[in-house]
Amino acid sequence: MMPHAGEFIFPNDMNGVAWTVMIVLYPYITGLVAGAFVVAALYHVFGRKELAPVARFALAMSFSFCAFATLPLLLHLHQPQRAFFIMFMPNFTSAMAGFGFIYSFYLTLLAVEILLVFRSDIVEMAQGKGVRSLLYKVLSLGVLRETAKSKQIDAKWIHALSIVGIPGACILHGYVGFIFGGIKANPWWSTALMPVIFLSSAIVSGIAMLIVLYVLFSKLRGVRVDDECLRSMMKTLWLFLILAVTLESLELLNMAYEEGAEWHMLSRLVTEKLRFSFLYVQLIIGSSIPFVLLLIGWMKKTSPRIRVTLGTISGLLVLVQVLAMRFNVVIGGQMLSKSFRGFVDYIPEWQGREGILVAMGVFTLPFILLAAVSQILPVWKIDAHDH
Amino acid sequence: MSCCDKKGPKDACCETQTQPKGFMDTAESRREFIWDAVKNFTFGAMTLTAIPLFIEKADAEEVHTGKDGKEVKGHTVLFGYLVDTTKCIGCGGCMLACKKENDVPDGQFRTWVERYVYYKDGSVHVDVNTKGTFAFTELPPLDAKEVDKAFFVPKLCNHCVDTPCIQVCPVGASYKTKEGVVLVDYEQCIGCAYCVQACPFGTRFINTKTQTADKCTWCYHRIEHGEKPACVDVCPTGTRTFGDINDPESEISKALATNRIDVLKSYLGTRPKTRYIGLTAEVV
Ligand code: SF4
Ligand code: SF4
Repeated sequence: MMPHAGEFIFPNDMNGVAWTVMIVLYPYITGLVAGAFVVAALYHVFGRKELAPVARFALAMSFSFCAFATLPLLLHLHQPQRAFFIMFMPNFTSAMAGFGFIYSFYLTLLAVEILLVFRSDIVEMAQGKGVRSLLYKVLSLGVLRETAKSKQIDAKWIHALSIVGIPGACILHGYVGFIFGGIKANPWWSTALMPVIFLSSAIVSGIAMLIVLYVLFSKLRGVRVDDECLRSMMKTLWLFLILAVTLESLELLNMAYEEGAEWHMLSRLVTEKLRFSFLYVQLIIGSSIPFVLLLIGWMKKTSPRIRVTLGTISGLLVLVQVLAMRFNVVIGGQMLSKSFRGFVDYIPEWQGREGILVAMGVFTLPFILLAAVSQILPVWKIDAHDH
Repeated sequence: MSCCDKKGPKDACCETQTQPKGFMDTAESRREFIWDAVKNFTFGAMTLTAIPLFIEKADAEEVHTGKDGKEVKGHTVLFGYLVDTTKCIGCGGCMLACKKENDVPDGQFRTWVERYVYYKDGSVHVDVNTKGTFAFTELPPLDAKEVDKAFFVPKLCNHCVDTPCIQVCPVGASYKTKEGVVLVDYEQCIGCAYCVQACPFGTRFINTKTQTADKCTWCYHRIEHGEKPACVDVCPTGTRTFGDINDPESEISKALATNRIDVLKSYLGTRPKTRYIGLTAEVV
């Protein structure tokens, strides 16, 4: 490529990026859904019994985030009143067309699994009179009797749903990665690794959020953090963090090594445009530091008190890392004008339907729902009969 | 989805077209041809000389009408567009005409004209007048002593044969007419902007007035009545040629047959039907 003076972007790029912060938020939220579900499944399917203290909460968290996963998309659509066209007249050559179906399937699966996991408690609380018991009567779906046999059947279903839910979570989130990975027009997106990168970072973010919320809720409830449970989560997080960062770096390394036609722009994208969010936040602050903290944290010798601190700090850092990763993919990819001669400016908007304030508002909704769910259902109860 | 299921500007899309003789266009006519060829084989080897021709035609037909082309006797109209960059003077009349004809919002473009400047120091500078003013009055003047060469390149939707934009549209709002024109159904588009991301040429945008995807339609409302796109009509130098590339007698077919033709970003395999004369490697 010849050296060139001055930048040139296609004129339609001068209005900024087409996918805004809402499209950053959407994979972030679905990632949390998938990640939390994986933790629940580690307990229900893979017999990781030490995770029992968070198993129920993980499901509730997964559901609470899932319930709002479509909201950012809806806010982003320029014709939101036509949103359901995507299910009524899907064009299946589009990577996006399956979204409505995959999402509905997953949300239903989560709801059913939660109702089954909490069935005994729901039935118990539905017995009384008054408004509150009415709520549980509704949640019990009218079946107010439990027998040993019905419990057995429920346990089987929970197991089955957890098993189905694992590939479900992989599809839900791997699919989000494919929406980007399948765009050949954009060299920053177009890679078969994208679904795997999204999936591994989803699991990372889900576990990190679970650690942070577990510690927070324990403090609020005035109970001790279960050391074995936390240690196990930190170890799992550490492993998945390595996987995620390796994949992300491999992708970049490959681009750099091949030095393809667009590398002169991609390298500038990484080192200039995304210098802060990619190099500093995603790679150093969000990956390298938690890598060390988690390593120290999950070692047996570390004292439980320090473990809680290290777990919380690394959890928060990892959450920032994954958010930065979503930003770097979604916004970063669009900064690259398809003229490959210049960069599109991204000016974050505060107000407006797709502004940062609304995005922040949207992101608080799952937490509010989660708080409500944890008031209604005994999310911290440890099940003996789950296994 | 066949174009014929669509709402919107489709009236002409399923009509049987009148066509010149000798054009093999349908499976049926191909079968007939093969049968004839087999029969004729016994009469002489003459027919055999036509087989390579037939193969060429069949290939070309597939490129042109796609898989769901309705079977009609003879040839189907297939539109194409040719930009001869060597003729463009960069006046920008086409941009103004397009804006007026299609009510394109300020700051958004269905077509635009890029200027490529090759400096003696080896650098290449590209710019574009986006102000919507006539002629390239807004672009900095060049010093002939510093410049090796400079030229203009008009851009527009390529109406690709293999369209990433149609592929990714989740609701089928982006579609292709039988004549190969890629359109957006504005009543169906949900405004997700996936197609904006998928088009490698920067030709799509979310129209700020209609809040749907938008792009060059080759002035479908004009060409379906036999007129030319506004930009073609207005161009004072004949840079832009539009017509039926399935008609060997059309101006565009003749120009395509006798010139060295290129397309933008051919490596992406979208097979544009907007073709170019006089591109250089720097034009993307
Ligand atoms: S140029 Fe872009 S919008 Fe036009 S047909 Fe090709 S991919 Fe689609
Ligand atoms: S913006 Fe409209 S035309 Fe483009 S992909 Fe979305 S629904 Fe289809």
